[in-house]
Amino acid sequence: MAIIEIRSLTKTFGKIRAVRGIDLTIEKGEIFGLLGPNGAGKTTTIGMLCTIIRPTSGNGIIAGFDIAKHPTQVRQNVGIVFQDPTLDTILTGRENLQLHARLYGIPARDRSRWIEEMLELVDLTERADDLTKTYSGGMRRRLELARGLLHRPAVLFLDEPTLGLDPQTRARTWEYIRKMAQKERTTVVLTTHYMEEAQLMCDRIGIIDTGRIIALDTPGNMIDMLGGDIVAINSPSPPLNKILSLPYVSAIKTVGDTIEITMKSAHLHLAEILSLIDNVVSVEIRKPTLNDVFIKLTGRDIRQEDADNGGGWVETIARYRQRGK
Amino acid sequence: MAGAGLKPSPGIDSGENEGMNSHNVQRELLGISAVWWREFKVFWREKSRIISSVVQPLMWLFLFGSGIGASLSVGSVNYRDYIYPGILTMSVIFGSVFFGLYIIWDRKLDVLKAVLVAPVTRISIFFGKVLGGCTDVLLQVAILFAFSFLFPSINPWGIPLAFLLLLVTSIALVSLGLALGSLLESLEGFQVISAFLIFPLFFLSGALFPIDEKLPSWLGGLVKINPLSYTVDGVRGALLGINTHPIYIDLGIITLFAAVMLILGSILFSRMK
Repeated sequence: MAIIEIRSLTKTFGKIRAVRGIDLTIEKGEIFGLLGPNGAGKTTTIGMLCTIIRPTSGNGIIAGFDIAKHPTQVRQNVGIVFQDPTLDTILTGRENLQLHARLYGIPARDRSRWIEEMLELVDLTERADDLTKTYSGGMRRRLELARGLLHRPAVLFLDEPTLGLDPQTRARTWEYIRKMAQKERTTVVLTTHYMEEAQLMCDRIGIIDTGRIIALDTPGNMIDMLGGDIVAINSPSPPLNKILSLPYVSAIKTVGDTIEITMKSAHLHLAEILSLIDNVVSVEIRKPTLNDVFIKLTGRDIRQEDADNGGGWVETIARYRQRGK
Repeated sequence: MAGAGLKPSPGIDSGENEGMNSHNVQRELLGISAVWWREFKVFWREKSRIISSVVQPLMWLFLFGSGIGASLSVGSVNYRDYIYPGILTMSVIFGSVFFGLYIIWDRKLDVLKAVLVAPVTRISIFFGKVLGGCTDVLLQVAILFAFSFLFPSINPWGIPLAFLLLLVTSIALVSLGLALGSLLESLEGFQVISAFLIFPLFFLSGALFPIDEKLPSWLGGLVKINPLSYTVDGVRGALLGINTHPIYIDLGIITLFAAVMLILGSILFSRMK
């Protein structure tokens, strides 16, 4: 059953076409990742689905409700964890959840029980009565996750849920997200530009670049699309034609003294390849990652975009403004 | 409603285009009470703010009022007692407008963001804020009323009417503060509003001096167009029996002022980015 259906969703900010016609169907219970560099349109897309941003054109249905015609029902059926922290730091953890419970119309008789349940799920029961300004970054994130799921939404949107957390906390946060997704089979739609994490977490991935979805598949299929493993061999005079004629080799790329062979099941065929090459200096076998998929599709490295922020200034400025306080 | 969203930054829809049925009304009321509850929690937590907000007017009354009162009385009333209604109004002016302006800070810290995506209309969130602000301010007023026995000229039976006048004034001024807070992007505007709006509203309300024919005409004219002059007049009438206008006129004018501010505030708050 499709829980989210998007048809030609578009958003233009002045002259900037942030989202240029996205079509997407997401099934109930899926963990779906929207991947792309900063400024690709991820946050804008999520904003439109949460009815925070009004689409310029196109439409979207979430849990049976149209995002333009029935925003209140859509809001009732989605939970959101924003990229930047939005906890009320003058309130305690429990009070933050109580405020949210009232705002989402959770009946008085269920309120405290649901709150206790969520606090337990994110291991914050013991700190629940401390002001959230005393929480660590990881704890704040967890409380926000609990808040996003408190009213039992059909879809939970997570915008860069692990941005700004240290690697250890990031790994733990993903554990919580997985745990929460399993509870009540909540559909999770997340954005991230940590490719490795997306690969591990998501059932399906949409790669988004300059406002368009350029690939949509499971992480496994996407990586298979690259034609297998990558074997990098450093050797002065490799017999390129001989190697390329092997049935399991799909491509060869030469980078200086190194050749990069794309091939299926490298561990089975490595010996045969090496027997063809004299004077091997070094060998490296690498499983391709989603980042390789991104490079193949766009010719750019996803993290390169972080450094020079090509084209992504709308989101970037918004982010600086929020950080710089 | 495929909106012509040509705004440079993401606006937030309030989602009001559904028919109001009893379920929706109930949901909105719960939303209003949620925001109200939050404001009250925050207020109660910051005890130091409550204390300073009560101590300041008491200093005006006892340090300023007693000092001037030593050599001055207005009619048969001691100056210190005479300004008591004015100082009550002053507490309401400062408390209410600053409460409203505080949303600039909330927005900076993204505290409002999570509230604004809830399935509750912007208008309800606005009304919750107004109620929260009025509650804070009127609690301060109630504490000041508790000191009224120290002012021999004050008629305690006038307190309920004075309270009503101050409540309506507080609704007007919290709305005004929220309206300005919705427009301002940064806290720099805060000083400007303080200097060019709040202090003139206070000085021109007749809080500290009687409004009679002795005033220079330019000053008298400015006082007359200040809606808060009618609060001071009404409260002074209720507590001291000294008023220029009938109290129902005072109440009528500030109610009108409050209605205009509520409408203005809810429009600006709904449009806030």
